[in-house]
Amino acid sequence: MYQAIVFLPLLGAIIAGLGGRILGARASYLLTSGFLVISAVLSWFAFFDVAVGGNTYKIEVMRWVTSGALEANWAFRIDTLTVVMLVVVNTVSSLVHIYSVGYMSHDPHQPRFFAYLSLFTFAMLMLVTSDNLLQMFFGWEGVGLASYLLIGFWYQKPSACAAAMKAFIVNRVGDFGFALGIFATFMIFGSISLDTIFADAPGQVGKTFEFIGMQVDVMTTICLLLFLGAMGKSAQFMLHTWLPDAMEGPTPVSALIHAATMVTAGVFLVARCSPLFELSPTALLVVTLVGAVTAFFAATVGLVQNDIKRVIAYSTCSQLGYMFAALGLGAYGVAIFHLFTHAFFKALLFLGSGSVIHAMSDEQDMRNMGGLFPHLKITWFLMLIGTIALTGFPFTAGYFSKDAIIEAAYASHSGMAPFAFWMLLLAAFMTSFYSWRLMFMTFHGKPRASSEVMSHVHESPSVMLVPLYILAAGSLFAGFAFKDYFIGHDEALFWGSSLYRAPENKIVEELHHVPGWVPWAPFVMMVLGFALAWLFYIKDRTLPVRLAEMHQPLYKFLLNKWYFDELYDFLFVRPAMWLGRFLWKKGDGMVIDGLGPDGVSARVLDVTNRIVRLQTGFVYHYAFAMLIGVAGLVTYYMFWGAH
Amino acid sequence: MEIGLTHYLTVAAILFAIGIFGIFLNRKNVIIILMSIELMLLAVNINLVAFSTHLHDLVGQIFALLVLTVAAGEAAIGLAILVTYYRNRGSIAVEDINLMKG
Repeated sequence: MYQAIVFLPLLGAIIAGLGGRILGARASYLLTSGFLVISAVLSWFAFFDVAVGGNTYKIEVMRWVTSGALEANWAFRIDTLTVVMLVVVNTVSSLVHIYSVGYMSHDPHQPRFFAYLSLFTFAMLMLVTSDNLLQMFFGWEGVGLASYLLIGFWYQKPSACAAAMKAFIVNRVGDFGFALGIFATFMIFGSISLDTIFADAPGQVGKTFEFIGMQVDVMTTICLLLFLGAMGKSAQFMLHTWLPDAMEGPTPVSALIHAATMVTAGVFLVARCSPLFELSPTALLVVTLVGAVTAFFAATVGLVQNDIKRVIAYSTCSQLGYMFAALGLGAYGVAIFHLFTHAFFKALLFLGSGSVIHAMSDEQDMRNMGGLFPHLKITWFLMLIGTIALTGFPFTAGYFSKDAIIEAAYASHSGMAPFAFWMLLLAAFMTSFYSWRLMFMTFHGKPRASSEVMSHVHESPSVMLVPLYILAAGSLFAGFAFKDYFIGHDEALFWGSSLYRAPENKIVEELHHVPGWVPWAPFVMMVLGFALAWLFYIKDRTLPVRLAEMHQPLYKFLLNKWYFDELYDFLFVRPAMWLGRFLWKKGDGMVIDGLGPDGVSARVLDVTNRIVRLQTGFVYHYAFAMLIGVAGLVTYYMFWGAH
Repeated sequence: MEIGLTHYLTVAAILFAIGIFGIFLNRKNVIIILMSIELMLLAVNINLVAFSTHLHDLVGQIFALLVLTVAAGEAAIGLAILVTYYRNRGSIAVEDINLMKG
């Protein structure tokens, strides 16, 4: 069964990718979507067997690498954490496949698109089922590749190609850290198998090794290196710049890869390595700090963006910050719970915005929308569900998971906890504001699009709406249905040995016993955010404009995303371009070519040109040369040749 | 004054040198080059006859006759080439004859 779950998407990808031209679009999407649906159904069976039933499995697939002490085999590590990810990945992926059938129906390259989607799903499944760090790295790079291919799917657009490259290169920074982390793990533990590492980790606490004259703590180093990888993949503060640009890809891709699944790989990695992180308080502090700052930072940027997909992208970035903050506080289950619910409502929001974009003939700027409510009632309703789930309206999915994170931040004894609490609370306020701003600007007010566009606005076909219904159901009920398992009474039983918490870490019990005002705080923030958005975008539309004019520098600062792109452009991109140009023009062009092939050929040409000038074509010149030759020969024989 | 071998050889050398300079210094007409070549051949003939008399060996004089024949043939062919060349290119000026220029 587990082989089928993991390899069916690969099979679909290979068939649709290599045979897509022969099969045609229809057969390609039927095949890949069909396989994904089977995978998704099997994943739910696995979920009830493993997570609820309490069984764990280890399935050897094949030997892979055996080199000296290094041994890495393909194996599936099936425990609760894995099946939760399986369910998330396969459910969202199958729904996105089905949605794409409608969304991509006018695209000439459908087989390629579906092959990439399935390939991505396979790589992601490989990542979450991995039993050793090398297999995880394989999946890690596989999803990176699929992300690159899908962002650049419309390769005719230069901006899409640039965004794809940016995503790939920024991810390399994180992957470099991850690779170093794996090397360090092998050096310290002599193995990269998760079981061995987790078993030996407590013995390494407090040990140090020497690095350029300093004594460095072993566990902290390994954890921080692994976390660097997680930061890259999950678009955390400083390495987040690729995620908003990744919205150049088709919208289903944004929903699947850049909201629901791939970007949560970093969260999964930290949760999977919880036995390591739990041993390094320093690393946990860093994780909390980065998570809280990301949650706050991305929310501030989301306030002023005008592209509908970018707003949701920054929202994703912010929510990932929440998850990391929870991880850093030791509340791994809470983080995974938020990952689980977030996948539903964020995919819903993305696919809903895709529906809007589809209806508006590929318009993404919210300033040109407005007044769509009468035309897109179903989409409006679905987006509304996504929005209330994201903002944490009581009894929706986000209410349980996000509020649990904020409560955990209050309850935690970590040194970073108060900072994280206030950052996350402020981010909750901003989340509510920008979510409702998106709703109001898109669906309400007067239409700002041309009447020609408005006349074409139509509700999406049911192949696009049915996946949205399922996601909407998930957004409404996933939190309520699973909260006892993920963070409630059955928590310890549910997670089993897949997550590790140190004996003194009782955060999950403590978060249920916070003072009475704390659970209400996010709710108040949500209402305030809603009220402010209503005031700005329904009541008095001149108010935000005047506010922006009044605080021009702040507005510009936020609109330009804290000038991160400009900073990186100045610090890294331009020096790299300069270096590249220098090596190209001076190093290769002048030195190597100049002294090598080009130089030699130029000298040969010089010599031959001079020789050519000897050939005047005048008879008497040749005669003269002959005479000189004869005179020379005669002279030689007269004076030297006689001996 | 006794006219000896040296005088003959001197005349021949002068003629040969005039022939050579005729080739090199002439910038106008190809016919002059042909004439210069004749002149050089005549200088060689004088040498041959002079040595033949000096050494009392008739082979030299026979050789001179042979050279005269060859020179006549050569002049005929050279002039024929010149005529066709003139018909083709409309000029026999030395400056214009440089088809082999690189």
